[in-house]
Amino acid sequence: MTAQGRIVWVSGPAVRADGMADAKMYETVTVGNSKLVGEVIRLTGDVAFIQVYESTSGLKPGEPVVGTGNPLSVLLGPGIIGQLYDGIQRPLRELSKASGSFIGKGITTTPVDMVKTYHFVPVASNGDDVLPGNVIGTVQETDLIEHSIMVPPNHPGGKISNIVSEGDYNLETELATAEKDGQNVPLKMYHKWPVRKPRPYLKRYDATVPLITGQRVIDTFFPIAKGGTGSIPGAFGTGKTVTLHQIAKWADSQVVVYIGCGERGNEMTEVLVEFPHLKDPRSGKPLMDRTVLVANTSNMPVAAREASIYTGVTIAEYYRDMGKDVVLVADSTSRWAEALREMSGRLEEMPAEEGYPSYLASRLAEFYERAGRVRASGSPDRDGSVTLIGAVSPSGGDFTEPVTTHTMRFIKTFWALDAKLAYSRHYPSINWMNSYSGYLADIAKWWSENISEDWFAIRNEAYGILQREDTLKEIVKLLGPDALPDEEKLILEIARMVKIGLLQQNSFDDVDTYCSAEKQFKLLKLIVDFYKLGQQSLKEGTQLSAIRELPVVPSILKARMDIKDDEMPKLDKLESDMKEQFKNISGVKVTN
Amino acid sequence: MTDKGGIQYSNIAEIKGPLVVVDDVDNAAFDELVEIETIEGERRLGKVLEVGNGKAIVQVFEGTTGLSISGTSAKFVGKVMEMPVSKDVLGRVFDGLGRPKDGLPDPIADKFIDINGEPMNPEQREYPKDFIQTGVSVIDGLVTLVRGQKLPIFSGSGMSHNLLAAQIARQASVVGTNDDFAVVFAAIGVQYSEAEYFRKSLEESGALKRSVLFLNTADDPAIERIITPRVALTVAEYLAFDLGMHVLVILTDMTNYAEALREISAAREEVPGRKGYPGYLYTDLSTIYERAGKLNGRKGSVTQIPILSMPSDDITHPIPDLTGYITEGQIVVGRDLFRQGVYPPINILMSLSRLMKDGIGEGSTREDHAEVANQVYDAYSRAQEVRALAGIVGKAGLTEIDLKYMDVGDVFEKEFLTQATDENRTIEETLAILWKIVSKLPKNEITKIKDKFVDKYYQGE
Repeated sequence: MTAQGRIVWVSGPAVRADGMADAKMYETVTVGNSKLVGEVIRLTGDVAFIQVYESTSGLKPGEPVVGTGNPLSVLLGPGIIGQLYDGIQRPLRELSKASGSFIGKGITTTPVDMVKTYHFVPVASNGDDVLPGNVIGTVQETDLIEHSIMVPPNHPGGKISNIVSEGDYNLETELATAEKDGQNVPLKMYHKWPVRKPRPYLKRYDATVPLITGQRVIDTFFPIAKGGTGSIPGAFGTGKTVTLHQIAKWADSQVVVYIGCGERGNEMTEVLVEFPHLKDPRSGKPLMDRTVLVANTSNMPVAAREASIYTGVTIAEYYRDMGKDVVLVADSTSRWAEALREMSGRLEEMPAEEGYPSYLASRLAEFYERAGRVRASGSPDRDGSVTLIGAVSPSGGDFTEPVTTHTMRFIKTFWALDAKLAYSRHYPSINWMNSYSGYLADIAKWWSENISEDWFAIRNEAYGILQREDTLKEIVKLLGPDALPDEEKLILEIARMVKIGLLQQNSFDDVDTYCSAEKQFKLLKLIVDFYKLGQQSLKEGTQLSAIRELPVVPSILKARMDIKDDEMPKLDKLESDMKEQFKNISGVKVTN
Repeated sequence: MTDKGGIQYSNIAEIKGPLVVVDDVDNAAFDELVEIETIEGERRLGKVLEVGNGKAIVQVFEGTTGLSISGTSAKFVGKVMEMPVSKDVLGRVFDGLGRPKDGLPDPIADKFIDINGEPMNPEQREYPKDFIQTGVSVIDGLVTLVRGQKLPIFSGSGMSHNLLAAQIARQASVVGTNDDFAVVFAAIGVQYSEAEYFRKSLEESGALKRSVLFLNTADDPAIERIITPRVALTVAEYLAFDLGMHVLVILTDMTNYAEALREISAAREEVPGRKGYPGYLYTDLSTIYERAGKLNGRKGSVTQIPILSMPSDDITHPIPDLTGYITEGQIVVGRDLFRQGVYPPINILMSLSRLMKDGIGEGSTREDHAEVANQVYDAYSRAQEVRALAGIVGKAGLTEIDLKYMDVGDVFEKEFLTQATDENRTIEETLAILWKIVSKLPKNEITKIKDKFVDKYYQGE
């Protein structure tokens, strides 16, 4: 029995309707004559408080409100990859067919093309007993994505009958039926799942495999693990979006969900224009073949912005359940929090800090807890992960504001963007003193097994140099560089090399934009070796200026741009040049 | 939209600040336009902010001064606020609500458009990448503007932001074919003299006949300022997407806009966010700034240069802060440079154009543009550090290389940044000065430029 009520009050995205005694919390409803989509967020007597996902301009008291009986859900099935959705999974391409260049209201579409056929290859047979989560067959969704058709978690399972043979079918085709307790429930290529409810899995693992993003400051210094959580806060202009785009482009995951939550329209357009032309560095296929975009830009209705985060993470969990590594990037969680604040204000709830609702922290916690590396339910055995990375846009760049401080409680990797670094065009402007990674020790084993046993030690040595520099800089500020002995001046020099040659990375340079794990390690080792040779050389009486002016220095600093990932011998050559040049100057003794 | 619009309601329950609460209303829509008639027969405009349970809360654009509980009536017009548009709006001057202010009759409307606009579908946007030569070196070289971008000027009281904006409007309109270029200027609560400066500047350059002006000056009703940028952008969108023109929109001063918004929020007794501004300030500002852009399959573009004065020059104040999170970069006017008499006094380290990377390079400006710009940013930033150090240890305590960076800083400010208000430099001239700056440095300091470009353009020894 669905609720049928009447609007009694309208203010922006908030609507109250009476006659709604049959409505359920978080049920979706259609609002008004133009059938806008809304969601029930409070019930008082027979009055429902509804947040509306579309513009309410022109809406009037007296217009009808009709319940759908269902919570806000997404449709999960082949056809999702490559799409650009709004916050409630309406494909923006389809919306533009209905309303042109601007977004109209009250348009209904299906999230994926229901009549498109996919080549289904069954793996289950008639008579098999299946459980929720079991894979009954696969379809090739894109060149990169083999899509497992699973028994939905909310399906009872049972004995398979009438399974179709291999062939082309569309989403509405009954692929099989499962019989349990005398009930036959059909299985199709798709099912629906409520966005606010995490999808079930069998068990959770520790996060021990690094997500290689190709960004040196992240992978080498502040890594994130597959199934981990990370946050990237920064004032405007510090490069949040560019860094997130870089992760979305180059991370070694099979699926990327990119949520533009209350951000710029052109940024989504940029991804749409750019990704089809960029090649995945591992498969050589277009990046769009593994990417889903959810865009609810800043000027689109604010309530749908709140929903966009849940829409995105539910899609991510779905692909995780197929055994894939999924990265979800949300830009920006602060805008999502502001949407919460706006609705909370209209509900006239008692505000906590800066007007945010008191449940801000618990909502953030719930979101980040949906990350993880898991064993999926059902057979065959599948391990997948959802890595969650959220941008935070602290007002005034102040990291003590509520969204940043609460987020820090629920994430393990923190990339603190620094306006001062951005002003000096040090990009990515991730501050190496304020950032941290809780995964460092866990993922060191991977580096040791796959790249080099020395990785952890050398990484820590380089980080130690940066820490020393930070202290020494204070002295230089007060007394000038001449106050330091040569050994310490050398540290300043090496820190500069680490910053320019390693930490800085030009996203817009064809070569520098992505750096393989192997190249990262070689560059790191090159600079740390330079430091050791320099120390030794100083001890032998070489002048610091001679070390500083070695011809190899600019080559080391430009190696990140000049040497491609498949030209590792060039880096080895650079290393031997360096040793050679040090040998030559160690004869140069102090003359006076 | 309504079937029985036009009913007069005279049951006014409350008047507070810019708001009028009308009772016993049974057929009003959210956002609907309202005509308020005073006891003297004066007509004012307003819109519905909240409606329900027989009450409508109406925001009156011209303010509530002189309104009374008895004798005031409200008529719900049955549609949202619309702006009549046609090609004839070019060359005209309107008030802050879009009514003629130049003594001429209403332009004959080609159509009426909802002033709130609708969000552009991101899937239908065309990514902006066409370089606009403004003739101002610091912008063309380091903070490049592209068609369809929103690039604000963050300034402070009394500084030369208006001079700069007017220079950009004049010089950007000269390049390319003149017919398809238009300027839409919206004065939002600025002094009469500032608005007049823009008008004169456009007139002298001959651009006035391709301009549309919307003037809400400091003595005009504050609440009208909520509408001014919206009517201006409605006209801009029409010129761009219906008539195919490249429209440059200058909105000054957005701080006054935000203050009007705060006034309404306070009158509604809403829970405030930072500094008393409403929690939805970000979302509200985005419905203005996001109206810049280009659309697939349409010829024109809307480029926005909003100007805002930062209260106490504080870039972390909510208005510049939230603006910066929405716009595609910012041009920051620096108090120190302004005091030194530098024009334009742009603090490049705090300035940024996010769309620059796609608007420059081979085919639009020059192959080496991005890298030489990066090197100059880096060098000027080093120059500032060295200057700070010199303030402590004196010049004598500096190394030879530090002194070279000091030199870079001076050349940058005196030769690159400084230019006359009528000086229109080509991009080639601008790039030549950038290389001159880089050439002050020895080659091994050049870490951001590929060798092939150094070999081609570097002039140092």
